Parts: sequence; structure tokens; C-alpha cells
Amino acid sequence: MSMLRIFNVSGSAISAQSQRLNAVASNLANADTVAGPDGQPYKARQVVFQTVPMGDAGTAGVQVSNVVEDQAGGRRVHDPAHPQADAEGYVTYSNVNAVEEMVNMISASRSYQNNVEVMNTAKTLLQKTLQMGS
Amino acid sequence: MLDRITDTLNFQAQALSLRSQRQRLLASNIANADTPGYVARDMDFASALREAAGERSAGTLAATQPGHVGAGAGAALPTRLEYATQSQSSLDRNTVDMDRERANFVDNAVHYEATLRFINQQVKTLQSAITGQ
Repeated sequence: MSMLRIFNVSGSAISAQSQRLNAVASNLANADTVAGPDGQPYKARQVVFQTVPMGDAGTAGVQVSNVVEDQAGGRRVHDPAHPQADAEGYVTYSNVNAVEEMVNMISASRSYQNNVEVMNTAKTLLQKTLQMGS
Repeated sequence: MLDRITDTLNFQAQALSLRSQRQRLLASNIANADTPGYVARDMDFASALREAAGERSAGTLAATQPGHVGAGAGAALPTRLEYATQSQSSLDRNTVDMDRERANFVDNAVHYEATLRFINQQVKTLQSAITGQ
């Protein structure tokens, strides 16, 4: 029943993809936040995927090795009337790129669907295997 | 006599085991579609089956002493895995081509079911031969 391992492999993949989707949701939610009391605006987060071997050769799952913060400077907008404006009248927004995040979201959800599909196929095949000889 | 009956079943069993191994490989490739630097793996099914069915070219366990354990019919050699080359190069050096992997996955699933059906039909044939009806 070596096919049972498919559930571990695809399961690790959907878990990693859902973490990516979480990061995207967090980034999009903070797309328009300005610098907080510490003067630091929100920094976009990206997950980094890594292959993790599972059992014998060729069987590999995915894990999130770490979450990196985008170190690019935040978007600065001149708005002296804003309560969070600095001495020069600039407000610093987060460095989230909404277009990139949307693309990331679509990619993550498609990969998620793909892996669910793989698990469904494996489940059907295993069920038929269990009925072998009947 | 009895091993003649099970010989054909053995072949199908080996094919089924290889199919499930390949299914696992393809699932790994699909799971790692977004992992940077991942290199897709696949196997040459025809040659793997040929090797498993007895035409082993190298690495056969020979039982030369009474205490040796020979590789039985069910013993499978580790299948040689190959690496997929990039069909469309990507910046993160990932070589998974999702179209190819999905096509292979579905193809392999259908073949797996076909092998299962062969086994089921052979069992039915044997049963009707045994009952003599």
C-alpha cells in the first residue's frame, strides 16, 4: 500500500499552500496600513518552500522553511493632514504590492486545488484496490 | 500446477506495485510544483516492469550458499529514477511542468485501474474454472 504515502505528500503540500495563502491574506489585509507607534510600517511576508524527503527515493513533500519579510521601503505619500505624518508631512504605508499578492493568491489556490485533486484520485484508486478480487 | 495459476497474477501484481510507485512520484512532483530548486522525478515504466518481471540485467541476488536468501518473486529492486529536464525554464530552477505531470498522473491512474481490472477478471476466470461451470 505504498500509495498511502500520497496522502502525506499531498497533505504536506496543501498545508504549505494554506500557509502561503495565510501570508497573502495577511499582506492584503495590511496593504493600506500606515506606520504604527514604533514608526515601522507593515512589511510584506513571503513563505519559503522547501522539499522534505518522505521515505524512499523520489517521494518528497513540502514544508515552509521560513517566512521572510520584504525589506523594501514602504510607500511614502505626502499628506500633512494625516495624524501619522512625519515632520516632512509624509505618511509611510506598508510595502505590500497588491498585484503581486493577488497573483500569489491565485497561484496558491490553484496549487491547493491540484493537490486535493491528487488526493481524491489516490483515494478512489485505493478504494478500488481494497475491493480487489470481489 | 498452482504456480502456473498464480504466475499471471504475479505479473499483474508487479505492474500494480510499479504503477502505485509511479503515482507516488507524480504526486510528489505535483506537491513540489512551487518549491524552488526542485527537480521533477519520473521512471521509465516499460523498462522498470521488464526488470521486475524477471529480465533483471544487474543487481540480481544469487543464492550460491545454502544459507543465502534468494530474491523471491515478490522482491522488487529499487527502480531507477530519472530526472525531468526543464520544458520551460523558470527562474527558481524548478523543473515541474504542471501540464505534463497532470497528464502523466491521470494516465497512470487509468493504467492502475486497468491493471486492477485485469487482476479482478483473472480471479473471476480462475474461480469459474475451479467451480467448473
